[in-house]
Amino acid sequence: MTRITQGSFSLLPDLTDEQIKKQIEYCIKNGYAVGIEWTDDPHPRNSFWELWGLPLFEIPDAATILYEIAEARKAHPNVYIKVNAFNNARGIESTALSFIIQRPPYEPGFYLVRQESSGRSIAYTIQSYAVQSAGEGSRY
Amino acid sequence: MSDASERTRIKSERYESGVIPYKKMGYWDADYTIKDTDVLCLFRLTPQPGVDPIEAAAAVAGESSTATWTVVWTDLLTACDVYRAKAYYVEEVPNKDDEFFAFIAYEIDLFEEASIANLTASIIGNVFGFKAVKALRLEDMRLPFAYLKGFLGPAAGVIVERERLDVFGRPLMGATVKPKLGLSGKNYGRVVYEGLKGGLDFLKDDENINSQPFMRWRERFLYVIEGINKAAAKTGAVKGSYMNVTAATMEEMYERAEFAKQLGSVIIMVDLIIGYTAIQSICYWGRKNDMIVHLHRAGHSTYTRQKTHGINFRVICKWMRMAGVDHIHAGTVVGKLEGDPNTVKGFYDTLLLPYLKENRTIGLFFDMDWASLRKCLPVASGGIHCGQMHQLTYLLGEDVVLQFGGGTIGHPDGIQAGATANRVALESMVLAKNEGRDYLKNGPDILKAAAKDCRPLQVALDLWKAITFDYASTDTLDFEATPTKQTS
Repeated sequence: MTRITQGSFSLLPDLTDEQIKKQIEYCIKNGYAVGIEWTDDPHPRNSFWELWGLPLFEIPDAATILYEIAEARKAHPNVYIKVNAFNNARGIESTALSFIIQRPPYEPGFYLVRQESSGRSIAYTIQSYAVQSAGEGSRY
Repeated sequence: MSDASERTRIKSERYESGVIPYKKMGYWDADYTIKDTDVLCLFRLTPQPGVDPIEAAAAVAGESSTATWTVVWTDLLTACDVYRAKAYYVEEVPNKDDEFFAFIAYEIDLFEEASIANLTASIIGNVFGFKAVKALRLEDMRLPFAYLKGFLGPAAGVIVERERLDVFGRPLMGATVKPKLGLSGKNYGRVVYEGLKGGLDFLKDDENINSQPFMRWRERFLYVIEGINKAAAKTGAVKGSYMNVTAATMEEMYERAEFAKQLGSVIIMVDLIIGYTAIQSICYWGRKNDMIVHLHRAGHSTYTRQKTHGINFRVICKWMRMAGVDHIHAGTVVGKLEGDPNTVKGFYDTLLLPYLKENRTIGLFFDMDWASLRKCLPVASGGIHCGQMHQLTYLLGEDVVLQFGGGTIGHPDGIQAGATANRVALESMVLAKNEGRDYLKNGPDILKAAAKDCRPLQVALDLWKAITFDYASTDTLDFEATPTKQTS
């Protein structure tokens, strides 16, 4: 059992709904668009989790986003879900905040495949127990 | 009867052989109109007793551009009026009788495109040993847009690095492996693994770990990459460790960098002491090989610390952003190394902002547009610990690598516990900041609350609660909020 520590707050206890709401309000206050993404393949180099719709642009309050979070959780109860905030300011134009808001109850994590090659070099591959054990949609 | 050489002697008063004051040679022009394409420099000069500050300023302009000590007729074969640097403004330094700020403008064609080496060979070439000034310090520069466009700047910089590491909305976290010298490769890799597994994004080689008898570089790289990958698998997060490729020759540095790339490292590092050309070279290499380049500013305090002579570090920040390093150590304010808060803010702004506005209270003397050069990520390293997290968050902001060496490895319960303590302290502070809490005032309470769920943090707070480095800075600012009087 492991705990995936991607995102900004993953060493803290799982955020409560109240804490999530405050972070979303912070994003809205700063003019960020907020998007929800989910995956059952949280490999560290998996850059593209599935989009839960488009990021929400120009949303006046957190309620709309919290509603979508609730819907995403309902549809995908046992996988990873994260909130991403996008800042379109010149010179940034990238993600401004990203944190996990749901994880599976059991996280089997990853293992390291070491392919011994020439000399003492090793080619490393990080494999997911969950991904190698089941197909997409039934991993957790 | 006269011979030809006598008959052809130059009659103009300006070009008659001999020594005339620099200010009369054209190196002083109080009415000069600054061009958008000029390189501007601000020097702090301390003239020798009895030397007129304007003449000293003109001499600095002369010696850092076209002049030598005496008149030469070959000037007349050139468009010398253009190539002469012009001192155009001199003012007294506040509260100092013998120090002056001299502003000097340089024609852009004095400099080869995209070469820090050429720029510095002029600006800090001969002139710092010039006898007519007792001391000289390069305080700031305005590099023109047209000139900056020749430089590529950081290949990754803050934004791309965050995307590669998948870390957004909080400072990155690192630690330098300690002891910095003496560990074997395997023991060294252990420190990397433990720190990364505990929650850090990066470990780091120290500036003087290259390839010594106790641990040759290939051993280090092989065990470090094992530690990185093992920690990445344990945590499901992208991890890195700055592999120091600093070596005696460029060829050797490339060999080490190639090996780091072959192993799959995301980042390498070099020291400032390798020199400006080597730094630019390794940055080009990094760009070509998708490698983040970390710069350790080893050696800088020999010339940046004393107020009257040398180079202000903000100028080094500018040169290094131009050269293209992705990371540079830029001070902690609260740690063990030199750094006044406003001065350090000036360094961070220089590295991170797209456009600089003149603001003497943080040491910025010029407006300067960075011409879309990417942002260079400042690194705060040296004597910082988790008990200072509220101050670090307040002073250094979000775009910084917080680097806890002793503050990770010195944890009583081990390196992993030290790393976890730091990461939990940071995350709890960012969470509180975003929630709009007065985290600076309530920092200790926020940490105490976070420590309830995290024993390693509690242990660290108990151990280091009283550690501060409260010494006056040597390199301080001259301006608070008031403008200065004018002497010319």
